[in-house]
Amino acid sequence: MALKTEHELHTRRKGRNVGVGLLLGAFVALILALTVAKVTSGDFELPRMEEGQ
Amino acid sequence: MTDVSYQSQSIEGEARLGDYFALLKPRVMSLVVFTALVGLLAAPVSVNPVIAFASILFVAIGAGASGALNMWWDADIDAVMRRTSKRPIPAGKVTPDEAKALGIALSGMSVMMLALSANLLAAGLLAFTIFFYAVIYSMWLKRATPQNIVIGGAAGAFPPVIGWVIATGSMSVEAWLMFALIFMWTPPHFWALALFMKSDYDDAGVPMLTVTHGRPATRKHILAYTVLLFVLAIGTAFTAIAGPVYLLTAVVLNVLFLKGAVDIWRRDEAMAEADNYAVEKSFFKLSLLYLFLHFGAILIDAFLPAAWGIV
Repeated sequence: MALKTEHELHTRRKGRNVGVGLLLGAFVALILALTVAKVTSGDFELPRMEEGQ
Repeated sequence: MTDVSYQSQSIEGEARLGDYFALLKPRVMSLVVFTALVGLLAAPVSVNPVIAFASILFVAIGAGASGALNMWWDADIDAVMRRTSKRPIPAGKVTPDEAKALGIALSGMSVMMLALSANLLAAGLLAFTIFFYAVIYSMWLKRATPQNIVIGGAAGAFPPVIGWVIATGSMSVEAWLMFALIFMWTPPHFWALALFMKSDYDDAGVPMLTVTHGRPATRKHILAYTVLLFVLAIGTAFTAIAGPVYLLTAVVLNVLFLKGAVDIWRRDEAMAEADNYAVEKSFFKLSLLYLFLHFGAILIDAFLPAAWGIV
């Protein structure tokens, strides 16, 4: 049985789905903040490139 | 695409996001966050706030993951014990397989992310802590020996060491002193609970000391561990992680804690039944405050020199 676009299941699980979405969004934001913090810290070094690369 | 969990009828007691969160044992997580944060802030190395926040979060998620694995493994005894019968699996809201999948996924994610945000040693310690709690304690010791919580207490004692390693990248005596404080505190804390949660562990067949050696022996054990904890906690006051606030806190709390343990030791079951385990319950409540205030004092002493402009 195919699910309709707006099935009762979607309504029932809306709270859970919105929660998971928010958690994933927060995780992405955290990774971005962590990356910025790592890259702007004093001891960050870019990987050395070999000549000719 | 198919939805394997599709049901045309709405389900009574279907899991909400909060039920999955409950699998992570939020109250244990809060203690893990606090002690790991103290370990991190007491270390003599400052950490970027974003890196510190992310690292502590990953430690908390790792602790939560081990909680979910514990609930998956212990679902049968959780259903029998009054204290745990409303947990998401025995309540029928989350299936054991879901809890296992969540625990494994979050374990892997938290260890990997801690390696990236902090360092490999911290991530290795977190992985070992999860393994220790989920496998050594939950799957092996808990149902095998009355010393289950003594050895299993090590799992709860690792967070401040991990916090310290996040900051410094290495281990030191100070970090292991914080470990020892929680390790020695765990047995009297849990045995007091076992004394007034009378039939729970008996019903579940968990070999707690109260079941295998009896209640008088448990009372003696509480006193013995509290004496050892007294010596350790006061001794810690004269090390590098402590200062005047810790010394004052440790003296007051350890005298009170020791008095509580002596009171428990001098009582028998008839006396405890008569006042509905009032002394055991107040000792348990004090034990919660005991750990929180000791680590709070370490934190205050770590910041006092800066506040006074000494550093």
